[in-house]
Amino acid sequence: MLHNVWFLLIAFFWIGYFVLEGFDFGLGILLPFLGRTDKERRALINAIGPIWDGNEVWVLVAGGATFAAFPNWYATLFSGFYLALFLILVALILRGVAFEYHSKRDSLRWRQGWDWAIFFGSAVPAVLWGVAFANIVAGVPIDKNMNYTGDLFTLLNPFGLLGGLVTLTLFVTHGAAYISLKTEGVLRERANKTLLGVGLVAAVAAVVFLFWTQLNSMVAGSAVVSVVAALALVGALVANRLRREGWAFIGTALTIGLAVAALFLHLYPNVMPSSTSAAYNLTITNASSTDYTLTVMTVVAVIFAPLVLLYQGWSYWVFRKRVSADRIPDDSEYATSPASH
Amino acid sequence: MNALDLARWQFGITTVYHFLFVPLSISMAFIVAGFQAAWFRTGDEKYLKLTRFYGELFLITFAMGVVTGIVQEFQFGMNWSNYSRFVGDIFGAPLAIEGLLAFFLESTFLGLWIFGWDKLPRWVHLACIWIVAVGTLLSAYFILAANAWMQQPVGYTFNATAQRAELTDIGAVLTNPTVLLGFPHVIGGAFMTGGAFVLGIAVWRLVRRAGVDSAPFRTAARVGATVLLVGGLFVVISGDQLGQHIATEQPMKLAAAEGLQTTEKSAPFSVIGLWDLSGKEIFSVKIPDLLSILATHDPNGQVQGIDNLQSQYQAQYGPGNYSPIVPVTFWSFRFMIGAGSLAALAAMWFLWRMRRGRVPGRGAVAIALVLPFLPLAANSFAWIFTEMGRQPWIVYGLQLTSSGVSPNVSSLEVAITMVVFTLLYGGLAVVEVGLLAKRIRAPLPAADAGGADSDQPAAFAY
Repeated sequence: MLHNVWFLLIAFFWIGYFVLEGFDFGLGILLPFLGRTDKERRALINAIGPIWDGNEVWVLVAGGATFAAFPNWYATLFSGFYLALFLILVALILRGVAFEYHSKRDSLRWRQGWDWAIFFGSAVPAVLWGVAFANIVAGVPIDKNMNYTGDLFTLLNPFGLLGGLVTLTLFVTHGAAYISLKTEGVLRERANKTLLGVGLVAAVAAVVFLFWTQLNSMVAGSAVVSVVAALALVGALVANRLRREGWAFIGTALTIGLAVAALFLHLYPNVMPSSTSAAYNLTITNASSTDYTLTVMTVVAVIFAPLVLLYQGWSYWVFRKRVSADRIPDDSEYATSPASH
Repeated sequence: MNALDLARWQFGITTVYHFLFVPLSISMAFIVAGFQAAWFRTGDEKYLKLTRFYGELFLITFAMGVVTGIVQEFQFGMNWSNYSRFVGDIFGAPLAIEGLLAFFLESTFLGLWIFGWDKLPRWVHLACIWIVAVGTLLSAYFILAANAWMQQPVGYTFNATAQRAELTDIGAVLTNPTVLLGFPHVIGGAFMTGGAFVLGIAVWRLVRRAGVDSAPFRTAARVGATVLLVGGLFVVISGDQLGQHIATEQPMKLAAAEGLQTTEKSAPFSVIGLWDLSGKEIFSVKIPDLLSILATHDPNGQVQGIDNLQSQYQAQYGPGNYSPIVPVTFWSFRFMIGAGSLAALAAMWFLWRMRRGRVPGRGAVAIALVLPFLPLAANSFAWIFTEMGRQPWIVYGLQLTSSGVSPNVSSLEVAITMVVFTLLYGGLAVVEVGLLAKRIRAPLPAADAGGADSDQPAAFAY
């Protein structure tokens, strides 16, 4: 019972992470393409300025909760996908510093350097998270001691790489939807135009990926949710054509959330299937903590997760206004002098 | 070097580096929140200027603490998977709670504070920075509770079938005596760090930019010195209690802090010492009875020695070497105390030199510039002491460090990540120090902005 609750909660944290940081990644990847002037790029970055860090905490909580609820899953995954996670870490470090230090000097070269850090810091995790989750679902070589026996290149198989393409294109589509909703003027126009093209690529990649997943082994619930995810993406593209930017964003958010849900439904009751032998699968029971620990963690999650949703939602409400490149100030002696965000 | 040594070096490098920023984040959050509260209460623009000047420095250091913290969260699983399997049932809980309670709070409300100057009512905006400050304390408590369990395992039982430690009492883990004593010790050290930072920069500005912004920086210097000294008081009181606690809970760590070979009554404390490689003493300067007083509050008290403990542990845990590397514990213990004491002396000296409107002379600049590094060094040596002093254990008495490492990660892989993290951290340190140096020299921001009624509101926009 509690194992199921925590499987659900871990899925919930990952869904929250990919839905929220998904558009941050997408915006970071679109930064050099949609932001043609320095002020346009600053406007784009400020569109996620107040919230990106809160979005990123979802992955820390997903990781920490996995450690607490399924220690063997945490240990196998993190030691196994070692170099992939290392690359994600380097990317997240550069990206986080880039946001904070971007406008601490009034220098175009300085900001351009950080612009590229944001681009790569967003693109690398956007691809690698897809590679990682595709491999988790498909199964990787795990021995009887629950240790991963492959290496980085084991993960870079066709199915894994397709997974990376799916997350990359879905996040870019989601990012475009966010930009069209949160900016004004040329940025909004460009984002609206970009969305359809990337969205179609994402739709094709995602449908192939979800079919492939079900072909490997059919799981009815997962298949149904996959279809709904695909429909949500179609809905997002239609909304984009109709210039209903709010609905387009809801559509891409639902697509990502449902796609991750479909992967977790496909996994259950495994958490990391072994391609070496089904007897070595990590499951919600053999990977889990004791009932006592899960009870303690459940109490904490039930009290604090809704609270987090409440105040994070409030911060989105506070910063609901659109951002414009016209309101980004000129360089000044002191970068914190009067500036509209 | 094998994967184990590399993983240990990596943990040491990334953790010490991370902890350069953590104490600054904690204390600067409170100091900036204090300045902003003073502005809110008095309306004096001096406090708004200080809020924004030190707020900017706080953000530059906070960002580094955040990004290097992600590595900490993942590193247990990456390099220490056997440790993670062994302790996950207990150790994971405070880590997850830290994320859910503290990280969300800090990141969300910091975003609201940075970008909310013109969007929130003034009192709500002030509340945001206070919530961030409280979040840093919550974060510190839970991560210290996790670390305390490695120093002193409580509230658990060993499951022989699963070969792991299992949680039986979360209350015991969260009220572990080691965290109850360690928390004020670490937070006191954090406030010493932030106080030294604020004080050092203020004195530098007062001397080097004489006549410019004197009023705000005189206030800042007094605040910094006071925070440093109050923090120091907490450090001394809790440190004294911790010393006695270690004497009973981790006697080997205390023996290694002195290099005390055999169990003694009225044990002396060496101010300095020198040994050959076999551990034989060449030379030392000793204060009689002081170690016994530290350990037991009694000059005749008995302190256990390394050799006696070694034979006791061999009987208890089997053959092996149960002593930490003595020169490391000996010197890190003394550098911790020395650097912390010097910082407190410097703060008192500055308060004296600045009494009744006086301005410190040119010579003070050098001390002002060195000052922030003293508590930073003390913090680092303190962690090196407490973590190296626990060796060879990763969980005291339960799991050896050598048993905790990931068995399936090659030394090449650890070497790659260690080299890249070290280079990346080094590069970021250069960028960070450059930015701080630029900000410290910049004129105080104009105080015409920041209120909800201003049409050109201030923001630390990206």
